[in-house]
Formats: sequence, structure tokens, C-alpha cells
Amino acid sequence: MADPSRVSGDPALAVGVSIPRVDGRAKVRGRALYVDDLTAEGMLHGQTVRSRVPHGVLRAIRQDPDFDWSGITVATAADIPGENVVALIEDDQPALVPIGGRVRHPDEAVALVAAPTRARAREAADHIELDIEPLPASFTIEESLAGEVVLYGDDNVMRRFDVQKGQDVERALAEADFVIDGTYRTGPQEQMYIEPQGVMAAWDDQGACRLTGSMQCPYYVHKAIARLTALPPEKVVIAQSVTGGGFGGKEEYPSMIGAHAAVLARASGAPVKLVYDRDEDIGATTKRHPARVHHRLGVMKDGTIVAQDVDVVLDGGAYVTLSPVVLSRAVLHATGPYRCPNVRIVGRAVATNVSPHGAFRGFGAPQTTFPYERQIDKAARQLGIEPFEMRRRNMLELGDETATGQTLSYSVGGPAALARAEAAAGSAPPRELAPAEQGTPVRRGRGLAFYYHGAGFTGSGEEKLAGRATVALCEGGGFEVRSSSTDIGQGTLTIFAQLAAAALGVDVGLVRVPEPETGSVPDSGPTVASRTCMVVGGVVERAASALRRRIEAWADEQGIDAPMDELGRRAAGELGEISETAQYSPPPGIEWDDDSYTGSAYAVYGWAACVVDVAVDLDTYEVQVERCIHAVDVGKAIHPIIVKGQIEGGTLQALGWALWEHVAYERGSVVNRRMTDCIVPTFADAPELETIIVEEPYPHGPHGAKGVGEIPMDGPAAAVANALEDALGAPFDAVPALPEHIARALAQAERAPVSKNEREVIS
Amino acid sequence: MTAYLRPNTLEEALAVREAHPEYTILAGGTDLLVSGHRVPPPPGIVDLFDLRPLRGIARDGDGSLRLGAATTYLDVLSSDTGREELSILRAAAREIGALQIQARGTLGGNLVTSSPVGDTLPVWLALGAEVELSSAGRGARRVAYDAFCTGYRQTDMAPDELVTAVTIPPPAPGTRRFWRKVGTRRAQSISKLMIAATARLENGLIAEPRIGLGALADRPIRGVAVERAMAGRPPDEDTAARAARALAAEITPIDDVRSSADYRLTVATNLVARFVRLLAEPA
Amino acid sequence: MNLRFSLNGEQTALDVSPWRRLLDVLREDLALTGTKEGCGEGECGACTVLVDGEAVCSCLVAAGQVEGREVRTVEGLGDGAVARAVREELVSFGGTQCGICTPGIAVCAVRALEREPDASRDRLRELLAGNICRCTGYQLIVDALECAAARGRGEGAE
Ligand SMILES: Cc1cc2nc3c(=O)[nH]c(=O)nc-3n(C[C@H](O)[C@H](O)[C@H](O)COP(=O)(O)OP(=O)(O)OC[C@H]3O[C@@H](n4cnc5c(N)ncnc54)[C@H](O)[C@@H]3O)c2cc1C
Ligand code: FES
Ligand code: FES
Repeated sequence: MADPSRVSGDPALAVGVSIPRVDGRAKVRGRALYVDDLTAEGMLHGQTVRSRVPHGVLRAIRQDPDFDWSGITVATAADIPGENVVALIEDDQPALVPIGGRVRHPDEAVALVAAPTRARAREAADHIELDIEPLPASFTIEESLAGEVVLYGDDNVMRRFDVQKGQDVERALAEADFVIDGTYRTGPQEQMYIEPQGVMAAWDDQGACRLTGSMQCPYYVHKAIARLTALPPEKVVIAQSVTGGGFGGKEEYPSMIGAHAAVLARASGAPVKLVYDRDEDIGATTKRHPARVHHRLGVMKDGTIVAQDVDVVLDGGAYVTLSPVVLSRAVLHATGPYRCPNVRIVGRAVATNVSPHGAFRGFGAPQTTFPYERQIDKAARQLGIEPFEMRRRNMLELGDETATGQTLSYSVGGPAALARAEAAAGSAPPRELAPAEQGTPVRRGRGLAFYYHGAGFTGSGEEKLAGRATVALCEGGGFEVRSSSTDIGQGTLTIFAQLAAAALGVDVGLVRVPEPETGSVPDSGPTVASRTCMVVGGVVERAASALRRRIEAWADEQGIDAPMDELGRRAAGELGEISETAQYSPPPGIEWDDDSYTGSAYAVYGWAACVVDVAVDLDTYEVQVERCIHAVDVGKAIHPIIVKGQIEGGTLQALGWALWEHVAYERGSVVNRRMTDCIVPTFADAPELETIIVEEPYPHGPHGAKGVGEIPMDGPAAAVANALEDALGAPFDAVPALPEHIARALAQAERAPVSKNEREVIS
Repeated sequence: MTAYLRPNTLEEALAVREAHPEYTILAGGTDLLVSGHRVPPPPGIVDLFDLRPLRGIARDGDGSLRLGAATTYLDVLSSDTGREELSILRAAAREIGALQIQARGTLGGNLVTSSPVGDTLPVWLALGAEVELSSAGRGARRVAYDAFCTGYRQTDMAPDELVTAVTIPPPAPGTRRFWRKVGTRRAQSISKLMIAATARLENGLIAEPRIGLGALADRPIRGVAVERAMAGRPPDEDTAARAARALAAEITPIDDVRSSADYRLTVATNLVARFVRLLAEPA
Repeated sequence: MNLRFSLNGEQTALDVSPWRRLLDVLREDLALTGTKEGCGEGECGACTVLVDGEAVCSCLVAAGQVEGREVRTVEGLGDGAVARAVREELVSFGGTQCGICTPGIAVCAVRALEREPDASRDRLRELLAGNICRCTGYQLIVDALECAAARGRGEGAE
């Protein structure tokens, strides 16, 4: 059981201590206001009319003449005041398909409806008929690569990246003692935040547009809405409401909903709230990119890795959205935390007639971690090398070079993470049940995975973003941290308060961190890529230190000697509000070449090892995760409980992806749109999670902290598949490994003895 | 305007049913209200939830058990009446949805929804239960479960009738019972398949086997051929294999979003074999 | 219909269609937005309230069904030992992250621990299996409730 620490008061203790979350009390009493809890005078409810056709040309939009349209606003592309795009990386996605325009997936927004109640809005939407002339469509990576239907460029490839290292990979493979050759598939995954997406929009009489909603990145929405409305930036204000989970799913899609709410609010002249029902959320919003990875691994008899050749293909879906960035991360993680002299990685993201795939915790890395950790495990099995030993022989250590030629000169927590996980795991359980406790015919196995995850934006990304944050001394002597980093559950508000308090030398209770609103906070960059604590937290710390110096300088001038909280009060009384804004500056020695894809891919990496013990029922092929040990190097845990919560939440999402979570598509459309069929693990499915926090400080992070948000998602699926192979002797090379797949793999396998199981009753 | 009626007695309930066959019968609402807010309101609601005369488990004079149609899953779990006979019903109830669903969901609702994946339904087949239907005009009648469920989500209930109870005949001494739900996960889970089974041993040979199968056909069914393959044989590997083969010949499950035909068939045969082997073990 | 029921200990009357979901009546008509909607189909448990002391999904209860009954929402859990322990430990153990599942979990946990003060970790997992949390991996919630249970039994520090 974790030991919750209730220490507060001493600022020196603010960092590294688990103070109660600043937003905890409101949440546990039901007082935190999420977007669906908001209302406004005269507010209407929005509803979206979708294409329902995977590919075609929109010919007409018709309103049923027999329906009572009174009090209802209908909006289409023609009502968009500015450009009809959802601005992101490329401007290929319209907010609403215009007449004559191309429909590219079955959940594409075509028209919008606003009505005084949700029920009326739903009803009205059902009375809008679309005339779409269908075109042939393509739904899978294979169909897209075959190119019969061309959806992007001339070969459907939205983006390609190449990484090369060492000599010719074919030659290196030919010289290896063994080549392990495998093709791996990972499925789409639904973020399944419990708060469905939603945005509320209102225009004021000055013609300014204000949006409030559930989102990760207010400035992404800001950029998109400014273009869509053709308003100057200051006339668009985006505010985050308390957000009920994101996991990447609320990175880009809120721009789409925000666009729709803004258009409806303008067309109707009333505030409009557009909150998705669960089925609409599952059907229309982004999922983790499905992937196919072909991996060839060359090893010598002693286990040394000599070559890796990796071909990564992601299904990007119908529009480019964030696919290039997800692909980049998939590629940069494709060879794992291992020394390897000869590398070739080719990555492609391809277009299909499926709702665009997008960001989900891990952001491409889980899709390539699964293959390389399966490959290493197969190599170890083939060579008869114990799995931990196999990793130890090849893992990157201080001074080693990555696939992109980056020399690791600090904060390499891999060896420690691996050792801690191994020690905690102890010996593996016996493969079959001991006769005394005979139950169901059960086979047990243990699997290991070892991996790393680059923290922050890739290459020079952070430098380009130049995230900013402000710390202000406010009236009355309190402090306020202003940044656009959102708290979507991961604890931003609390951690920023801790970092600022420690830098200022005041009690955490004196620091307020409001939810961001673009009108009053600087752009700190998006809340993604495990960058919030490490990058923006560092900027907050610098701004707070600058403010402290300024207050101290003032105090010196005045000849006042007092603790900081008193100085703050007096300075606030004398000077009014004062603030300091800091901007990110990259650590020295970070060089990245975007053309050759070489150099320092990330400023620093997090490292992790995960051990999973499974038990498989040989009659039903159901898998029980009996133990899951996860050692994760986070640099420094600013708030150990929040860090633990991040690791555990990510771990269970990864176990879910490995064993249960399956999004089923038919002709580009999700068929299991309800939570009853699109399942995630419950309390009863989740194992007790054994979490080990490893701290290998990052010299340029706040107090040594680096990213933690994503890495827990990367590896557990491979650990599960490795455990299944250990238990059953058959390879599992796809995610998820549902009981149906296990049954098929075991169709020939030998049967084991039988008896009872606690979930059955015999009397 | 939707009328709302909450009868306090069975007579009242049956009278309303007769007078207003167009009103919606509502018990726990855990089936009906799942998409209820998306359909137009009905002209009236007759609320049977907590209708006392239909709630609870009692032993009748002839030794049979009577379970009221408005009995919830939590009621089943907390009742002491017939604990042994109802062991497999309790096991099923414990795995239905989770606490919130068990608190509202009723046996009558499960019966009338008559979904092929209704978890209690194979249990009724295995226990040889009868469904009691009542109307104001014709009083009560009892039909065996197989006759009650007439097809995919179809029942024998007439528009003026309510389901009022399920009755279970007293079991033969020495009856053994088996339940296994294979769902998508451990809770809040729709069944991929279910097996409820009873049998006993007579001189070392399997007697009166009853196998209820769920989610393996368009409705819950008895495994008639399996039963035949088991009856009169010792609970050994040979019988297990025969039972499995018989089942494989008897059912043709389907592929759907929750599982595959292959899987359902394989697992069902494995579990039937498991049941046979379990009979060999001491009770 | 003119609906009368006890809400968080107070008699309440309002005119509503009996077919509306209790969830909507609470959130829209009575402005009690602590009860959340995550799915509208009984799957997530975010809308959990107590009706006559039993945990139910308010998205699956028709408004008419609470006529004359006692409804308790997260706002009205009160300051009894168990309710306080559940709230405080959920916060101090990190059992709430994004918080959208938290009201439902608090309500369900209070019901669970009031009925079964000795519930084991496994039993807690079973009792709460109707409340989905996507953020925490459940571990810290179980830790919190285990501690709250001990406090409810009068063990451990206040
Ligand atoms: C999240 C969730 C999980 C679930 N999990 C399971 C599960 O694991 N296994 C399972 O089998 N089911 C499950 N269900 C389905 C449901 O809970 C059960 O079928 C339950 O038994 C229905 O009972 P009810 O009283 O709630 O029915 P209601 O919804 O009130 O009624 C269902 C139908 O029965 C009719 N009806 C009810 N009582 C009578 C009566 N006495 N006479 C005549 N007609 C009547 C109603 O008119 C309606 O047509 C789940 C549902 C949800 C929402
Ligand atoms: S909203 Fe009621 S259970 Fe999800
Ligand atoms: S805290 Fe976010 S869903 Fe539970």
C-alpha cells in the first residue's frame, strides 16, 4: 500500500512529496465543472450529421420538408466564415464537407444542427438526408499500399522516414549467425477517456468567439478557430474546462468539435454546447494508429545484436492530421534501447477511408516497441539465453550510441530499471499448477520487456516550439502560474504549484494554477509528448526563480529582511501585480538533422522494464495477468503518487491493448461503438500493479525530472505476448491477443489435466 | 404525456396490464432504458420494480422453489432459501454486470428480454425451471422454459400477461451443478457463451444430465445430443470426448463482434468435457 | 408527473416526465452536476447514485421510479465516518486523476464500505467493477478504499 504523505508547509519539502492534489477536493465532491456541466442563458445543443459513406462526392444536403424545423438551426460548410479547414500539420481536412466536395470516411461531418434540447437536436439530425455519390474505397494498410484507390498523392503514402546506420544492412544480416524474421500487427485502440468530448461556443456582440471545452491543447484549438472564423487571434479565446481524461484523444479532435460549435453558435446567434454521446465519440474521434511492422534482427551466437532492418507502416486514416509526427516517433523507437551497429528503418504512413487515426499515449512507440521486444525475446529463446541476460548484453549504457547516432551522456536509467524489475520479480512461477491446488487446466508463463521513450518533442521540436510560461505575484501576495499546459488528470496543476513553490521558496498553498485560457496564458506548447513536467515544468521553475530574484532585489532596495511569503505580500502591496515569463531553451549539445534523420532525436529518454506473469485457462483461453511489475525511470518524481498513478494508468491501458481492447471496423466504420462491446479493463480485470520508480536524474530537467506520461504504455503488451509464448510455446505476434486468437494458436496444442476453478460452482 | 403507474399488488398490476397493453412494463430498466432516452416516450409506464408480491425466493408446499419475477440479482445473492439448488443461479447472478446492475436487474426482465446472451436463461434450462405467466382474465399458467422462449428474442407471453415467477422442481438427491460463463472480461461483460449443467451419478454412471447452453444459438437451448451422449456412462475421458463430439455436431454458433464461431464451438466442447470430468471428482 | 422524492435528505418536488432519466433530472432540472454521464448505458458507473441506499446507474432509472424514494448523490453523501474517509483517502492516495469517474466511485464505495466494512481488496474490486476508471489503473483507488475501510472500522489515524 502506498504511503500517502500529507506533508505540506515547508517549501523545501514541496518537491518529491505527494501533497494532496490541488484539484482533488473539488473532484471528489462532484464540484469540478466539466464541459457538460456548463450551461448558459439561451444555450442550444449541437448535433453532427455524418457521411455514413466511406468515400464519395457530396451532391446535396436535404432537410426533410415534413419535419418541424422551428427553433432549429442547420449549418453547413457554407456557414463557415473563414477557411474550411481544421488547421494542423497539413490543411487537408475540412471542418464540414462542402457540396461537391469529397467525403473520405464514414464519420465525416457534413452538416450541423442546433436545437433547444439534445433530444430535438438528435431528432432534427435524423431528418437531414445526404446525397453522396459513392466511390470505391480502401480500408486496410494492404489495400492502401496496393494503390487501387488513390487517396493521397500518387501512392497513398502520406509521409515516409528513413533511418540508416552502419554498413549495408543486407550484408550485416547475411553475416549474422541468426536472423529472426517476423511480421507484427498492432490494432487500433480507443482512448476511452470517461468524459466524452465536448466544446461550448459563444460569440459576443464585439464579434469575438469564445470556446470552452474538454481539451489537451488550447493553442491548437486557437490556431484552428482563428483560421476557420477569419478572426484576428485576440478575438478568439479558448478556455479549458476541467477535462475528464485525454490520453492523446483530446489533442487534435477538440479543434474539430470547436469548429462545429463555433459555426453553430454563429449561425444560431446563441451559445451552443456540443457534447458527444459515447457511440459518436467512439465512432468519430481518433484511435491509436493500427500498424504493420516487418522486423529482421541479426544476432550472433553469444546474443550480440548486429543488425536490425525494420519496415513500419501505419494506417493514417483519411486525413494527414498528426500521422507524420506519430510515424516519426514510431520510427525513432523502432530498434529499441539496444546497441546495434547496422540499422535500416523505413517508415510510411498511408491513407485509407477510415476516420483519421491520431494521438494516443505512446504516440507510435508502442507500435514499434511490441515488435522489437518480441524479436529480442525470440532471439533469446532460440539462442537459449535467459531473457534478462539477453537484454543486459545488448542494452544501451552511458556513452553508447543510438540508431540515429546520438551519444548518451547522461540519465541512462536502463540498467537500473532492468535490475530493479528483475529483483522484484524473483523466480517465475511453476508452469503448471502444483497437484495440490489443481484447478482449471492452467498454463503459466513469464514475459519481460525492456524499452525506452524519448521525452519531449523530437529533435529540434522543442526549440521551435519555444514554450513559455509566466509566474505572477498577485494582489494579496499569492502567486499564480500561467501556462497553456492542461491538467487532464495527470496532475499538471499540482506539479506546477510544487515546482513554483519550491523555486519561490513559499508554501505550495500560496501558489494558484488556474486552468488555461488563451487570453491570459502564454503558449507553452501542447500538452503531449511527456513534455509537461520536464519541459514546461522547467520553464515554470525558471520563471518562478526570476520572479523570486526580482522580489528579493526589491526587498534589498527597501532594506527588508523577511521570509518569501511575507516579502510577497509586501511587494504585492507596493508594486501591484508583477510577473516573469520564461521561455524554453534547449540543453547544450542537442543537434538534430531533419533531412538525414540523424543526431539527438530527444534530449533525454525514460527507461523501463516490465515483467508480466500470466495464467492461461486451457479450456477457455482466457488470460489472467497474475503479476505485473513495472520499473520506470522518471529522472525525479516531483510528486511520487502522481508519478505512480501515471505509471499504473498507462500500464493498465497497455495490458488492455494487449489482451482485451479491440476496435472492430466494417467498411471503415467502427461496429463496436458502445462501451459494452468496445471494452476496457474493469477493477476486476486489473491485476495488482507492482510499480517501481527509478530515479536517474536528467541534469536539465526540473530537479532532474523527465517524462513519465507515455513510457508505461510502450512495453507491457510485448511482455504479455512474451509471457504467452513462454506459457504456451506458440508465438503471439499481434495485439490484441484475444482468447479467440489464443485458441486458434493452440488448436494443435497438447491438453493438460483438469479440475476446478473458483469462478465455477459445483455442489 | 406519459402516465406513470406503480401497482402495489399483483391484481392491480394485472388489471393495468389488461386495460393498457400499450403501456411499457418496466422493472429494473437495465435493458429497457439502455437506449430509452433515444426513443419517444411511451404512453404509459407500469413500474414493477420492488413490487413486493413478485420479489423474493420462497419454498412452495411441494418442495419446489418459487422465485418472483421482480427478484433482483442482489436479492438472489442475499437470499438463504434454496442455497444449494440455486448455487449456479447465484454464480450467474454474481457475474451479471456489476453491483449497480445487480441491484436493479430482475429475473423477469432477463426472461422477457429473452436475449440469446441472457445469463440466467441456461440456468433455467439446467434446473428444469418453469415460467409462470399470469393475466387478469385467465389467471396463472406455467410453461417449461423451452416452451416460453419461442425464438430469437421471442417469448410465449401474451399482451395481457406478465411474467410472475420462475419455479424450480425439487432436485433429485445427489444432483451436481456446473456453471461457466465465458465473457469478454470479468465484470460488465456480455457472454460469449455460457454453460449451465446438472447431473448426478447413479452407480457410477451419469444420470439425468441437463445441459443449458447460452449464446450458442439464436436462443438459449438444451444440449439434447450431449445429454444423450453422457447418460448412462461413467464420467471418464471417453465420455468427455463423446460429449464434446456430440455438442460439436449439435450446435452451429455464429461469428459476431464479441467472438467467433470457432472459438465458441471449441470452448463449449472443452467445457462440456470439463463438466464430465468434474463429475468424476468427489463432491 | 409531479414527482416527489427525498433528495440528499430533503423533500423535493418537481414536474417532470416520468420517462426522463434520473440522471438528466438531477443534472438539468436540479443542477446537481456532480453525477456524471460517461456512457448513458450502464457501463461506466460515472452516474452512480444511491436509491434507497442501493447503488444504481442513474442513466438507467426512469424519473418516475424514484417517486417516494430516497435518492443520494455525491453532493449529499454527508459527513459520516465512511463518507469522509472515502473522500479524503481518494484524494490523498491519488485515487482521483481526471476525476470524471470519481463521484461515481465515491458513491459506490460508500455503499460498499457501509455494507461490508471488512471487504478485502479482491472484494472491493468486485464491488466496484461497475465503475470504470481509465486513468489510474485502479491500484491507488483500491489502496485508498482499503485505508478508508480501516478508518471506517475505527482503525488507523483520522
Ligand atoms: C451494464 C449492463 C450489464 C449487463 N450485464 C448483463 C449480464 O452480465 N448478463 C445478463 O444476462 N444481462 C445483463 N444485462 C442486461 C440486464 O441487466 C438483464 O437482462 C436484467 O435482468 C434485465 O432486468 P430488468 O428488470 O432491468 O429489465 P427491464 O429493462 O426493466 O425490462 C426488460 C424487459 O422485460 C420486460 N419485463 C420486465 N419484467 C417483466 C415482467 N415481470 N413481466 C413482463 N415483462 C417484464 C420489460 O417490459 C422489458 O421489455 C446488463 C445490462 C447492463 C445495462
Ligand atoms: S452514464 Fe450511467 S453508467 Fe455510464
Ligand atoms: S480518474 Fe479519470 S477516469 Fe478515473
